Parts: sequence; structure tokens; C-alpha cells
Amino acid sequence: MSLALVGDLSLALLILGLAVWTIGARGAYGAVVGFVAYGLLVALVWVRLAAVDVALTEAALGSGLMGLLLLRAAARLPHDPAPPAAGRAGRLALRVLVGLACAALAAGLAAVVLLLPEPAPSLAAAAGAALPATGLGNPVAGVLLAYRAIDTLLEAVVLVLALIGLWSLAADDAWGGRPGALRIGQPGPALVLLAQLLPPLGILVGIHLAWTGANHPGGAFQGAAVLAAMWAIVMVAGLSPPPRVDRRAVRLVLVVGAALFFAIGIGGVWWADAFLAYPADWAKPLILAIEAALTLSLAAALGLLLAGPPAVDPDPVAAGRAGVRS
Amino acid sequence: MSLALDLLTIVAVSLGAVFFLAGTLGLLRFPDTLTRLHALTKADNLGLGLVVLGLLPQVDWPLGALKLSAVWLLALLAGATVGQLLGAAVRPPPPVARVAGVAEESHP
Repeated sequence: MSLALVGDLSLALLILGLAVWTIGARGAYGAVVGFVAYGLLVALVWVRLAAVDVALTEAALGSGLMGLLLLRAAARLPHDPAPPAAGRAGRLALRVLVGLACAALAAGLAAVVLLLPEPAPSLAAAAGAALPATGLGNPVAGVLLAYRAIDTLLEAVVLVLALIGLWSLAADDAWGGRPGALRIGQPGPALVLLAQLLPPLGILVGIHLAWTGANHPGGAFQGAAVLAAMWAIVMVAGLSPPPRVDRRAVRLVLVVGAALFFAIGIGGVWWADAFLAYPADWAKPLILAIEAALTLSLAAALGLLLAGPPAVDPDPVAAGRAGVRS
Repeated sequence: MSLALDLLTIVAVSLGAVFFLAGTLGLLRFPDTLTRLHALTKADNLGLGLVVLGLLPQVDWPLGALKLSAVWLLALLAGATVGQLLGAAVRPPPPVARVAGVAEESHP
């Protein structure tokens, strides 16, 4: 058995063990911590499978930002909900049902993967062959921004819709105000120092990730996640409050990515021959412009998702504090 | 020269691994949060530092070395901050600090 196989096997066992631990964890907070660690380990698996783009996405979005959102949700839940004596059998049945459904799903996925013909059907060669026409060097970016641009466009729109959904949870008297979920009572000096030291570097890394995505692993979503994380640190440390959600500039930044993408896509009907097609000589600059605008919009949307719904200004929201303190 | 550098790599990375092992043991065995925090940050600071030091001769100069060093410095920053935050969270502030406005419950 080679050394690499030993490493991979232990990684797989560790992930399975952590998954079981996360499901069995007693408190929501412990389960979220397990989930975040699980996501980071899954990112390592993607690296081992040479899918660095997916690994970056998993680490930044699946584990990092999702983890923060889940932490906030866990902090809002009552700490020890007294289990109602009645309905115990019903809840057990529900758990068994959920477990069975998950097992069936896992078995189905395993069957699909294991029953693939040899060699597995793949469009990788075709994707690579057409890549020079886009001027990109990273086939993943080619898929995301050229071959399947409609998916990426819709993802950008979905994020804005998710933010609208979140904002609609605001109380009537809080509408239009500043998001309040990341407010904590008194950020300590260590947190403030981190919020001053880290963002310059993090913003550089975020822009680098977005820029390098054209030719290397990275891209708008990964870069935007890092930028949003930096913004969240600044907001948590209280260095700069989140913007009021009724500001026009905020809303413009939120939609500029999807709007530019859509406009260039419609332009493709005339300049190229189809919606979301790029004219041959202009593919690379157009894609770069879309990537830049998308990164800005996605970073704003992700940061505002983390910041939560608008809240009444003066009172510190207990949820945000509990999320950091518990 | 190359042999000496390889030896440095082996020794430093092994030493780093020992620190990680000791840190993990401490994390599991120490009695309370503050001492566990000590074990954890020791593994991060010294263990990762030694691993990075050991890997420096094996990467391209200077970009790879800079990236590795940046990883270590960022881990140091994160470890120090998390240590402070967790320490403050598990330890009630002294009465003097409460007056000075460091206390969590004081009005913003």
C-alpha cells in the first residue's frame, strides 16, 4: 500500500467519523463546529482529486460562509429546548425516516459512481479543445463563463433573490436600516487588531483569486467569498457598520454583476449568434469584465447575507453576540 | 549542500510533527479551557513554524518561500486572536475592567 493511499484512506475515515459525530452531536453549536471542520476536510479531498477550483469553493463558501450563517442560526435557537414528553415516538420515527432517506440517497449516489462504464463518459476533452476560442486558460472558468454561462448568471441572480428573502425578514420599524446580526456588544482589542491587520492582505488575496481564475484555479465566487469574509470581520469588530439597506449605491453594487452579465449576454444575440455567446475576438475582455463586476456584486451579496436582515439601530442584537461568545 | 538541506527538512518537519502531537495530547488531556488553549496555540505556532521552516529549502525561491511564510504568519495571527477571544469568553472580566468598559455587558 503506497503512502498516498494510506493518507487518503485515513482522510476518508476521518471524514466519515466526523460526519457521524456531527450528526450525533448534542447541541446545535457543536454540530455546526463539526460541519465546518467536515467542510475543510472535504476541501482536502477535492485537492487530492485535483479539483482545486471545487476545493476553494468548498473551503470558502461551503465551510466558511455557510459555517458562519449556521453559527448565527444556532445562536438564535433556544439553548436547551425542553423535549416535549409527548411525541417522542413520532420524533424517533422522523429521525429513522430521515436516516433511511439519507442512506438511500447515499446508496444511489454510490451506485451511480460505481456503475459508471469504463472509461467514464466525459466532456473534458471537448471542453479543453474549445478553450482557446474563449482566451481562457482554466477549463473550469471556460465552463462557468462560456459553455454554461447561463448557470453562472442564474447563480448570481439567485444570490440577490436570497438576499431579498433575508431582508424581508426585517421587522417593520427596522426596514431600511442597517443589518444587525454581526453586531456584538464590545469587540475586544484582539478582534479589532485582527480586523485592522487582516483585511488589507485578505482583499489582495480575494482580488488575486478572482483575477487568476481565468487561467488557474480560482474565480469570482471564491474571490468574492474571501472579500465578503474580510468585510464581515470589519463589521464584527465594529470598525465600519454595515450600510443601510435602502441606500441606492448598495443596491446598484448588488445588481451590477448580474446586470452586466445579462447585458453582454443579450448583446451576444447581435454580435455573436446566440444569447450569452461572445464575439470571437472579444471573448477574453468581455469575460474579464463580467468576472470583475460579478466579484464585486457577489462579495456585496455574501457580505450582506452574513450581516443579516435590517435591525433597529441602537440595541445590540443578542444573536450576533451569542454567535461569537457561546 | 543539498544533503544538508534535506536533513534540515527532515529534522524540522519531524520536530514540528512532535509539537503537533504534543499539542493534540494537551488539547485532549489538559483540565480546563485556558490550558487547552495553550496546548493548541503551541502546536499552531511552534509546530507549524517548524514544518514551514523545514519546507522552505524544498520550494522555489523566493515566491514559494514567501507564500509558506505568509501561511505561518497568518496562522500566528489567527491563533493569537482566537486565543484572546476564547480566553476572554471563558474568563469573567475583573471588576476594574468592568468599570473601564471592557465588560461585555456595558453599554456600547
